Parts: sequence; structure tokens; C-alpha cells
Amino acid sequence: MTTLAESQQAPSPVEKTPRHASAPPGRSFRLLRHSISLARRSLIKTIRTPEQLLDVTLQPVIFVVLFVYLLGGAISGSRHEYLQFLLPAIMVQTVAFAALATGVSLNTDIKKGVFDRFRSLPIGRSAPLIGSVLGDMIRFVVSIVVLLSFGYAIGFRIETNPVSLLAACLLTMTFAFAITWIFVLVGLLMREPGAVQGTAFLIMFPLTFGTNMMAPTDTMPGWLQSWVEINPVTDVMEAARGLMIGGPVASPVIHTLLWSAGIVAVFAPLAVRAYRRRA
Amino acid sequence: MPAAPVTVVVMSYAFHAEGLVKRFGTTTALAGIDLAAPTGSVLGVLGPNGAGKTTAVRILATLLRPDAGTATVGGHDVVRDAAKVRRLIGLTGQYASVDEDLTGTQNLMLIGELLDLRRRDARARAAELLAWFDLTEAANRPAKTYSGGMRRRLDLAASLVGRPDVVYLDEPTTGLDPAKREDMWGVVRSLVTEGATVLLTTQYLEEADALADEISVIDHGRVIAHGTPAQLKRVAGSQTIVVRPTDTDRIGDAASVLAAVSGAEPESPRPGVLTVPVDGDAAFTAVVRRLSEERIGVTELALRLPSLDEVFFTLTGRHDADRETQEVAA
Repeated sequence: MTTLAESQQAPSPVEKTPRHASAPPGRSFRLLRHSISLARRSLIKTIRTPEQLLDVTLQPVIFVVLFVYLLGGAISGSRHEYLQFLLPAIMVQTVAFAALATGVSLNTDIKKGVFDRFRSLPIGRSAPLIGSVLGDMIRFVVSIVVLLSFGYAIGFRIETNPVSLLAACLLTMTFAFAITWIFVLVGLLMREPGAVQGTAFLIMFPLTFGTNMMAPTDTMPGWLQSWVEINPVTDVMEAARGLMIGGPVASPVIHTLLWSAGIVAVFAPLAVRAYRRRA
Repeated sequence: MPAAPVTVVVMSYAFHAEGLVKRFGTTTALAGIDLAAPTGSVLGVLGPNGAGKTTAVRILATLLRPDAGTATVGGHDVVRDAAKVRRLIGLTGQYASVDEDLTGTQNLMLIGELLDLRRRDARARAAELLAWFDLTEAANRPAKTYSGGMRRRLDLAASLVGRPDVVYLDEPTTGLDPAKREDMWGVVRSLVTEGATVLLTTQYLEEADALADEISVIDHGRVIAHGTPAQLKRVAGSQTIVVRPTDTDRIGDAASVLAAVSGAEPESPRPGVLTVPVDGDAAFTAVVRRLSEERIGVTELALRLPSLDEVFFTLTGRHDADRETQEVAA
């Protein structure tokens, strides 16, 4: 059994200071603070493994090259005009795809047991989820910067002003923040990271390609036009286009914000509930 | 004359579970188990894979809700007062659940911040624990560069950031080499010295024997035996006398002595060593006397209690082969 000599082998710091020394501040403030601490964790992970940003940086570049140079001439007649038309929409698509990684990484974390520790701590149940969602927004910023820089290098030009450009970027990120909650839910419901990825892609393809990203809506058959018009991603792309190269802005922006709010209102509580239940 | 004062022994339990039942689909992980440990003690929960150890720990750590039964930690119900329970506990999982991309310091600081320590205090606490667990040199390296033993230590450190009253160690030494295992044992012992209550699950009978004040042996989701290590060993029955004569030529004489005293034929598990089962320590005294009379010098002479392995076999009728059964996914 326990011998005294062994048990006192090293000075142990277990009981030197009182536990939870700091004063516990208000509840909502605590949730925010915990979420930010956990967001920093996601951020550190991204910075430490920058190769996981390859998808959100290379994929849009490849899409732009593919569409503009391979098909642009055929679709639009003018490569430059097509680039102006395409790039804002590609930006939206890229950031939307960047959002699905959160679901995959959450699933991985849960499998590894990292979240067991968080769940055994006296913190809000939603804090780890909010933290992951906020922390992964760095991916949105990186992908937008890379895409706009590449676009500029091959001739894309803002036809409005820097404030509108910033608004376009923020609006796109707002929407991406909203749909991240869909992928968080998927990430919590699926058993394997691979399944999360697969399901998320199935959701994303009709949402991002079923839009006027590559061609104007009126060139499409009627059934597809109906889908494109219902699809919220079309609104985001329209809003980004309007803010970056000019055109109607008010209606698509309002639609985007309403959709974003609605998606968060539905999927964030569902995700938190799924997180509570996942054992 | 006033009545004699009644001495009431108040058992203060650090945690107390009664009749816990948990099913996963058609699998019954826990079929109604009771577990309790007085404050400042170590309860060893011993059982093969799939016995339900991890499920029990997860319920006591508020990660799972029991289907039936109740559990309290520090007097707080793990379901109704989960938030209060979480302030009292530290959990070290079966597999080290540290964040591999974060450094040792970052891992511990994150936990500190989540426990509402000020950043400065969280940093100090992290440094303190890293030093205690001999990880100071690796403090600023990502945990993915750590060896298995270092990860375990970091994981344990993470569970101690909040100075928990109750520490759950779910198979903390599985997969560690014997030297690292001894280190971990030292840590568990010092935790208890500091007043923490420890629930330790293990598949290693030797480990429960070395660390636990009381042991609950569980199998198929039930407690099949409970007691101190010595009590459990007694359950398994006979003791064994081990003799190693100094002069190997006198093995035959020593065997005759053992046979005469015990009435059983001695076995030789290793060359030069004889063992024989006996009923009580009277036999041991007799063996000592007879060896001395016959002038048989010995380099080893011991009365051995049965190992907990043997206890487990007695209780379940099974040997370790059954450990291959998969632990119920939790």
C-alpha cells in the first residue's frame, strides 16, 4: 500500500492556493470569454497546420482558372467580363466550402476525446461549439485574401469602392458563419469525419452550383431557374456582385441577412442539443 | 445517569453511486452498480475490458446520464446539479485527451481560462503543474511531439488544473511501460496525500493492489466483489509457501519438508524454487522450524497471498483471455 516516502517524493502544488481563485463574473460574459478561449485554440491549431488551408486557398484559384480560361471565352465572349462576373460568386462559394471544415474538425475532436474534457468542465454547453465556429472564421479571411489577390493579378478590378468591397466580404462571412452551424450539426450527428465531409459536400453542391455563379439565370431551364431563385446562396452571390462590380444591392443584402439569421436561429440550437446528447 | 453517548461514525462519501444502469441499444453496459469512496481514499475499479468501468466513470463525470440509479459527487446529483459536480471533478480519460496541436503550456492554460482563472494565474498554474509532472522542458512543444508517457502526464496535469476534490483516472497506465507506470503510481499517491479522492479504473490487478484502499471488482456491468485488497485476496482461498534453498542440492530435502507439513506435493515453478499451497500461517511456522532442524539454508522463504489475478479468476471463473472483448463504445 501507500508508503509515505513515495507519496512525498515531490512537492505537490495541489493544495497551495484556493481553487477557482478568481471571482466568477456574470454568466453571459463567462460564456463569451470561454468561447473566445476556445476560439483561440482553433486558431492556434490552424496556424500550426497551415496545410489544412490548402483546400480553401487552392480550390478557388483552380476554379477561377478553369472557368475563366477554359470556359470563359465560350460563355461570355470576353474573358475579362466573365472574370468580373464570376469572381464575386466564387468568393461566396469558397467561403461557404470553407465553412464545412468546422463540422469535420469537430467530429475529429469528439472522437479523440478532447471534448470530453471540455464537457467535464463547468462551462456553458455551447462554448466549445461557439469557440470552434469563431476560431474557424480565420479560414474565411485567408481564403478571401488569397482569392482577391489572385483575381487582382489576373485582371479583376473592383468597380465600386473599398467600403463596398469590405461590406461584400463581411456579408459573405456572415452567411458562412450561419451555414457553419449546419455543418456543426452534421459533424455532431455523423460517426466518422469522412461521413461528415461527404454529407457536407452533398449539401454544398446544389447550394453553390445551383446558382447564377457561372451563368445568368435566364439561360437555364425553368425548373432550375426556380431552384436558383429560392436558393439563398444566389442572394449572397448577387449581393457580393452588386457590392463589388455594381448593380442592385438592397434586396439581395436584406435577403442574405434574413437567411443568415434564420439559419442560425434554427441550426445553432439544434447543434447545441445534438452536442448535449452526443455521449 | 445519562445514557452513554452513542458513537456515530459519519462516513462522508466523496462520491456515491447507487444502482446505476446504462444501456447502449441492446447492450447493457451497467446492470445496476454501486460505487462509493470515502473522502481522501482511492477506490480501485477493477475489471476486464467491456466490464463497464468507463461507462461508470463517464456517468460520475456528468458526461453520460444513467438510465436508472443515482450518483452524487460531493453531495450533488450528477444529473440535476451537473454544473456543481463539474466544479469538483477532474477527469483523465482512457486515452490521453490532450490537444495535440497545442503545446503543453497552451493545453493547461486553456483549461485554466475555462476554469475562470485570470490569464496570469492560469499561466502560473500551468508552469507549476508542468514542473510537477517533469514536463517543463517540453512545455513549449506541441503535444503531438510528446511520448506516450508524457501525454499521459500532461493529460493528468490537465485534470488537476482546477484542484479537483475528486479525480477520475480511467485506466491511466494502460499501455505504459512498467517504469512509467510506477511514476504514475507515485502521482496518484501524492494526490491522496493532498486530500483528493481518487477513482481509479484499471485492468491491472497489481495496480489496484498497489494503490487502492478499497476495490470494487466489476464484470458485465455488475460489482461482483468489494473489499480491501487483503479481503479480496482472502476470498481466493489458500496461501502459498515459497522456498528457495541456498544449496540447490538440498531441493529434494526441502521438498520433503514441505510435503510433510502441507500434505501436498510441492511444485517447482522455476528451477531452484518450490511452492506449496497451505491453509494457514501455522504451516508456515512449522516449515520454518523443520527447515531449521534439517539445517537447510534458504535464500528465499515467503508466505504469499494469492495475486489479484487469482482472485479475479476465482470470482469470475475466467482468465485474462476474455479481456479481448471490446469495451462498450461510450
